[in-house]
Amino acid sequence: MSLLELDGVKVHFPIKKGIFVDRTVGHVYAVDGVSLKVEAGETYGLVGESGCGKTTLGRSVLRLVDITEGSVVLDGTDLAKLPGEEMRRFRRRLQMVFQDPLGSLNPRQNIESILSEGMIAHGIGKDQEERREKIKSILDKVGLPSNALSRYPHEFSGGQRQRIGIARALVLEPDVIICDEPVSALDVSVQAQVINLLDELQEELGLTYLVIAHDLAVVRHISDTIGVMYLGSLVEEAPSDALYAEPKHPYTKALMSAVPVPDPEVEDRRERILLTGDLPSPANPPSGCRFHTRCPWAQAERCATERPQLRDLGDGHRVACHFAEEIASGELALTRPTGIEAVTEGEGAVVEQTEDEAKVPAVLLPADSTTKPDATAVKEKVPSAAEAPGDRTAGAVAKDLDAAGPDASDSDKEQDKTG
Amino acid sequence: MSVATKTDKIQRLAELTAGSETSTGASLWREALGRLKTSKMAIIGAVIIAAFVVVAIVGPFLAPHSPSAQIWRGEVFPNKGEFVGARGENWFGLDHLGRDLFSRMLVGARQTLLVGIVATLIGLVAGFVIGIVSGAAATLGGETGQRVDSVIMRFIDMMLALPSLLLAVSIAAVMGQSLTTVMIAVGVVQVPVFARLLRGAMLVQGGADYVLAAQSLGVRKRRIVLSQILPNSLSPVIVQATLSLATAIIEAAALSYLGLGNPDPAIPEWGVMLAQAQRFFSYAPMMGVYPAVGIIITALGFTLLGEAMREALDPKLKG
Repeated sequence: MSLLELDGVKVHFPIKKGIFVDRTVGHVYAVDGVSLKVEAGETYGLVGESGCGKTTLGRSVLRLVDITEGSVVLDGTDLAKLPGEEMRRFRRRLQMVFQDPLGSLNPRQNIESILSEGMIAHGIGKDQEERREKIKSILDKVGLPSNALSRYPHEFSGGQRQRIGIARALVLEPDVIICDEPVSALDVSVQAQVINLLDELQEELGLTYLVIAHDLAVVRHISDTIGVMYLGSLVEEAPSDALYAEPKHPYTKALMSAVPVPDPEVEDRRERILLTGDLPSPANPPSGCRFHTRCPWAQAERCATERPQLRDLGDGHRVACHFAEEIASGELALTRPTGIEAVTEGEGAVVEQTEDEAKVPAVLLPADSTTKPDATAVKEKVPSAAEAPGDRTAGAVAKDLDAAGPDASDSDKEQDKTG
Repeated sequence: MSVATKTDKIQRLAELTAGSETSTGASLWREALGRLKTSKMAIIGAVIIAAFVVVAIVGPFLAPHSPSAQIWRGEVFPNKGEFVGARGENWFGLDHLGRDLFSRMLVGARQTLLVGIVATLIGLVAGFVIGIVSGAAATLGGETGQRVDSVIMRFIDMMLALPSLLLAVSIAAVMGQSLTTVMIAVGVVQVPVFARLLRGAMLVQGGADYVLAAQSLGVRKRRIVLSQILPNSLSPVIVQATLSLATAIIEAAALSYLGLGNPDPAIPEWGVMLAQAQRFFSYAPMMGVYPAVGIIITALGFTLLGEAMREALDPKLKG
């Protein structure tokens, strides 16, 4: 049996209106039916863009938000049904590391006091002397000097603060640690240190992690299994290598194609899918498949009416797509016009703008699909785009993208004017 | 990852932090105090307040004459407009009943300070209790708590809707004319201000990550409120309390001026003195100027200190 099992977890936030008596006028379907299993000693990575509900899901495991429906079973105990005081005591076995290292530390408590808080709550250690000994050993584990004890959070660097956050979770000797974007607020150089620390601690203490992140590289590095979330539900789940080798859900494909490749030759030639439109509001999610409004392969009938469930396609690769096999085999043609085709009808200037917009985020902010949710261009840059007959602009753009050179953008503009 | 690399890392970190080995860590309170000490505004305010407090404590013993004895009754004729101004014997001159104004000012300082402090304390304590209950209910009480909070807040809104002076006058009307009445009246007016301020600050802090972190650690709710949320919500309340002392002194003076203050002529009070001076303003303007200036300078002292504290506690506000 898995250590942590989520079954059909739903977290719906009521939207309330009214001056004296609050009426519920709707719900935000932040998490809408997520089932997943985390094996003991493993790391489960949860990825998805902002607003897809991954943080809410993480918090719901700790019951920091109320679970509307479903069960969270840790080692045989259903947390969703535990009464308040028992849940409080159970939290010892489940801990969390937060995204903002400074914001998650009380600015008016020194490190000793911050790290004692959990032990006091659970009656660990007879007196402060005993607790201090334990804190010192934990500080040593996370690589902080013991003279940190009497200092305050604002006196540390970002990486050190995150180490304190990790130490705070470790003090209670939990089974599972939920890491909510553990490194996204840190410098890249420090990110590696913190991730390696998490790795070391897992090996040493046999911890189980549920890592929530939007950085695909981070998740790949740290996870054994990865779940991809879109608009409150899992769309794909697979062992990490399998997912990166062959993403099967259209959304995962788009997500993966946003990761840049360090080799400029490959980077210029590889396939990129830029999604059109915004993430739909979780208060009013699309019917059927949540992704059908943005899916480049969306089919007319079934995708809009029937909500796909996660199906196992073998080797633990689970996908929530009706047509995963057809898309993988290439049977299914694209149903949505690509960005290149869409802009040929506009002016040359429009093409130029879309081109710049599409290029910058793809290169500079690759891992964060969220920073550019309004990327307007749908671009399926496949070699066939250049073959489109009578489509001069498309050809020009594609050719330009293929040309590897520093002056690429200049020639791009010239060609657009002529086109 | 091998153990060796980790020990290396610890070693490196220890070296990096070795320079500040002796530092015991500076809490935010201590840093704020440090900033306060270097602020000119705070020093000026503190000096004024200190002087005022000293006068209030020792003033009655320093007063050259009795504040209530009409020693120079025969020299002052208010009906004819004949007053006595500053002179060697009476530094501030005489009032309309032939009493020494300087002595009355010195003795009156005590009443003014008392009213300011007691009234602010009433407002602070009551507002604090209401604010904590409301803020705690709103942040950690779930749906029931939010309902409790909104009931309390509607009640506070009702208190806020009453004009402060009118509220004070009606309290004075019920309780009779005395210094206690003035203190309670001025204090009650401050209650909703403190309650709202504390609740607001607690709501902001209640949403912070460290509160979530404490919850996920399994810290009990009461402890979260008292050791996590409250210490971080205090700064605006401390600032308001200091500023409130100034308002309370002015309000108390206003109530005394309206004739709701202490009726005992033996105990002078700046507000009452101001009210009495009004009738003779055209003949003896200085009689009103002394208590007025006294009130202004005292209020200024508290305001300066309050503003300096605001800046010291929240350096981000400093433009």
